[in-house]
Amino acid sequence: MILPPPCPAPLGCSSRRELEAQTGSTMGGTQTRVTQLDPDLVERTGFSPEQINNLHKRFQQLSENKETISRESLNRIPALANNPIRSQIIEAFFDKRNQHGSEVGSLEEITFEQFLMVMSHFRPPTVEMTDEEKEAVRREKLRFLFNMHDTNGDGTITLAEYRKVVEELLSKCGTIGQEAAKEITDAAMLEVASTNVPHMGPEDFYEGITFEHFEQILKGLEMESRMHIRFLDTATVHCGKS
Amino acid sequence: MSLMGLRRHADLWLLGSAMLLCCVSPLKAEVKNSEHESHSNSNITGIPIVTFKWEHVETPYLVALWVLVSFLCKLVIEANHHVTNIIPESALLICAGFILGGIIWGADLQQTFKLTPTVFFFYLLPPIILDSGYHMPNKLFFTNLGAILVYAVIGTCWNAASLGLSLWGCHKGGAMGELDIGLLQYLLFGSLIAAVDPVAVLAVFEQVHVNEVLFILVFGESLLNDGVTVVLFNVFDAFVTLGGAQIDAVEIIKGIISFFVVAFGGSLLGFVFGLLMCFLTRCTKNIQIIEPGFIFVVGYLSYLTAEMLSLSAILSCVFCGVCCQKYINANMNENSVKTVKYAMKVFANGSETMIFVFLGISAIDKTIWVWNTGFILLTLLFIFIYRFIGVFIQTWILNRFRLVPLEFIDQLIMGFGGLRGAVAYGLAVMMDENKIKEKNLMVSTTLIVVFFTVIVQGIIMKPLVKWLKVKKATESELTLIEKVQNRVFDHMLVAIEDISGQIGHNYMRDKWKNFEEKWMMWLLMKPSARKKQDHVFNVFHQLNLKDAVEYVSEGESRGSLEFIRNDSAIIDFKKKLGEDIFDTMPDVTADTSFDHGIVLPDRRDPVPSVSLEMHEQTMNGLREMEDLNSHHLLQEHLYKGRKQHRHKFSRNHLTINTDEDEVQEIFQRTMRRRLESFKSAKMGMGPPKIISKHTKKEQQKAPNGMKRNSGDEDFEFSEADSASGYDPSYSYRSGGGIENPAFMADLDPVVPVQIPPWLAEAELYSGAVSPSQRAQARPPLSAGDLRRLAPLRISTRSTDSFMMADIPAAEQRRDSFDLPPPPPPPPSKDGRHQ
Repeated sequence: MILPPPCPAPLGCSSRRELEAQTGSTMGGTQTRVTQLDPDLVERTGFSPEQINNLHKRFQQLSENKETISRESLNRIPALANNPIRSQIIEAFFDKRNQHGSEVGSLEEITFEQFLMVMSHFRPPTVEMTDEEKEAVRREKLRFLFNMHDTNGDGTITLAEYRKVVEELLSKCGTIGQEAAKEITDAAMLEVASTNVPHMGPEDFYEGITFEHFEQILKGLEMESRMHIRFLDTATVHCGKS
Repeated sequence: MSLMGLRRHADLWLLGSAMLLCCVSPLKAEVKNSEHESHSNSNITGIPIVTFKWEHVETPYLVALWVLVSFLCKLVIEANHHVTNIIPESALLICAGFILGGIIWGADLQQTFKLTPTVFFFYLLPPIILDSGYHMPNKLFFTNLGAILVYAVIGTCWNAASLGLSLWGCHKGGAMGELDIGLLQYLLFGSLIAAVDPVAVLAVFEQVHVNEVLFILVFGESLLNDGVTVVLFNVFDAFVTLGGAQIDAVEIIKGIISFFVVAFGGSLLGFVFGLLMCFLTRCTKNIQIIEPGFIFVVGYLSYLTAEMLSLSAILSCVFCGVCCQKYINANMNENSVKTVKYAMKVFANGSETMIFVFLGISAIDKTIWVWNTGFILLTLLFIFIYRFIGVFIQTWILNRFRLVPLEFIDQLIMGFGGLRGAVAYGLAVMMDENKIKEKNLMVSTTLIVVFFTVIVQGIIMKPLVKWLKVKKATESELTLIEKVQNRVFDHMLVAIEDISGQIGHNYMRDKWKNFEEKWMMWLLMKPSARKKQDHVFNVFHQLNLKDAVEYVSEGESRGSLEFIRNDSAIIDFKKKLGEDIFDTMPDVTADTSFDHGIVLPDRRDPVPSVSLEMHEQTMNGLREMEDLNSHHLLQEHLYKGRKQHRHKFSRNHLTINTDEDEVQEIFQRTMRRRLESFKSAKMGMGPPKIISKHTKKEQQKAPNGMKRNSGDEDFEFSEADSASGYDPSYSYRSGGGIENPAFMADLDPVVPVQIPPWLAEAELYSGAVSPSQRAQARPPLSAGDLRRLAPLRISTRSTDSFMMADIPAAEQRRDSFDLPPPPPPPPSKDGRHQ
């Protein structure tokens, strides 16, 4: 369980070799795919070789040993069934914007590398990071969140898009249904509008939340220190039933 | 500055003399009493008209006086902000205690009043502990529970052991001369002084707003380690009693076992009591007025029971508070929750004040002071150093596990925040003088440590935090969108964990949440309260409330309620008004609907933004109050006339004062107006005639006079309207002002019952929320105030959600009255209603 600070990006070739060696040993010859993958993976995603291994196992489990994973396989995860924003999250995995590229649009299936790229948004920050790095990580995480809301990819979260999120969020709540979601969305949107555009002329029209505004609003949430999960390092991963 | 100082001085002096008076008064009283006795003895047949019986009231009187004096100290201290900005309040309170103690000493030549362990542990400490538990930020606490436990258990043991051993070593080395203290006694001393004190820590840390994590670590540690230190103290006390020779491995193992049993048993007991408390509040529907009392009594019982079973009382009380808060807050009436919160704060703050003052007073006592430079200075030094070492080592270990490591600066503050307090003193005084020869030295050392840490470290803390640029707490409230994002966050993290197949904190939290929703809530929460468990929705509700308050106060500050002219604003106005007063009087919405005489399909359902529970209860319990309430509501906000309050008293109900005279005055004024308008109507202007007619009707049928009054309120509105240039009757008709549909129905039986928009909405979408004030366009307060309208534009698409809701009502209104909905009305239409 002891988690040494995950390796920061620049790792020498030693770690690359290590990765190959480890994958070779843990996969026991049955699966050698990781070794065939781009060995820069450690560098590019920032995961440690062990973490990559674990995630790879999981990936294979989900994809049933195929090269790629599709929406359906993610949808089948039983633990996810109760998550109100399941579709949003799954969609995020197939969003090209989350692949650290400049492409827009969505994919049908993702490879392990792409899977890893999306996962890398959830790496915890490390002690060694400089302020600039932290800022970059923060923006990256924010961007991920923003992309999740901005479903059509036009750079703004419109009212309809935002409402969809809130609706889904509340869909499991039972007591308050869609109407409440609408009201809450309206209220939230109004809030954003009033904080970001304090002097709105009567003719102005607030189209939606841009990334800058989004950043502005969520300043207080300390994204960098909260949006992360614990990726296990050790070889024993409990993958659940699926 | 100096002037202020002088004033403060004068105040203190005043206080001092008051103190003197109350100290001397017993003496005088005795004299008088004896005189009196002799007098009455010699003259038995006569009946004394007045007797002075000091002895009779002495104890409670002194207690009350001391409470008063302590509070006055706080009052004086808090009046000088520039002083409290530099020196923390706790330090000043101790200083005030010094002065009071000096006065007492001067008067009595002995310390009559001291902080005794009994008083401290049985009366002063429990409220503070319960308050800390009850107001504990639960999520934060449990997220960091691991770290807190490490600091509290291992840290405290480390502090105790290291200090005891080091002092013993120094003693052996001859650093403090001849002292009759053995190793065990050193360890005993170490254990009593090891714990960071929650009272002192909270007092200091509340004034420096450090970030949440740091705060919860220091505070949680201080709370839990009190339990630990008491346990340690008891174990070592037993060892000392046994004597060195008797202690073998078995006894030590027993000691360790008892440590865990006491600590975990105490926590468990607290948990049980917490559940009991939740369960009780689930059933207090009919005795709301004493509902808050349960919390205090059960909380106190959890403390006492733990004490009785020789478990850790502090831990028990903390966990009782922590466990119950969520459920009782959901179960209880909003008023009761407020009461509990405030009363808790009153008790806790009062106790804290008294503890500090009495710590100061207790110090002024020659009999306890034994000076041993070596012992005292070494203790201070070791405490300081070992605290830092302990924090650094533990944090280093913890940081290997923590995803967000604690920074070095945070560690410094944690180390520096190791303030000792009254618990240590209480334990020191509890030591048995026969067993520990140097008790007085230990007590005085404890006092010095307490004073040093609270005063010196407390004063340095603030500049230090500033100088080190410790991350401060974000003080602003979360906005709605932030709350939504938080929700998204939670779900997202769980989902990612699910997808990546890792079982982490979020996974556990999610599992717990499901379990809680399934079982705990079912068991401990009222069905009606269960419905409302949604954070986003709560924020939404809060925002609504805030808006309402702003809205009304804005209207008031503008000196008129002209906005009610605006047709679309009426809804808002009513609801806002309702919600505004909601704080004090939760049933307004219920009342208005009741007043309206509309039979709601299901009264329990419609307006969930107002607590249904209260709504219901008031319906059952205070039926006769209902008209009064809405009346009061109007009165409160619209009528600022002469007020002659006539207070009623009822033990069971908090009655809202409604004054007959005021009612009369409103009535007369409105009658006058009506008469005037009647005249003008006769002269050909039509409308008001009906109104007066109906008012008469209403008067006749009004059973208790209250209906009539609410009718009158309408005219209050009309009056305001006409004053601002509109025809009074119009706005009345079109729904301007507060409608009284009972009245309306009476007015014209053909007219279908007018459903107020928010109710209509509620009917349409049963279970829907009333629309947010934010969601609804903010109504313009004046025609020129266009800026406020602007945000409306953003929601072109979404406005329909409530527009649709409003339409039925609006249409109905239009159908029935055939009036154009929006403002400037042609007065000519009024004739139609005749």
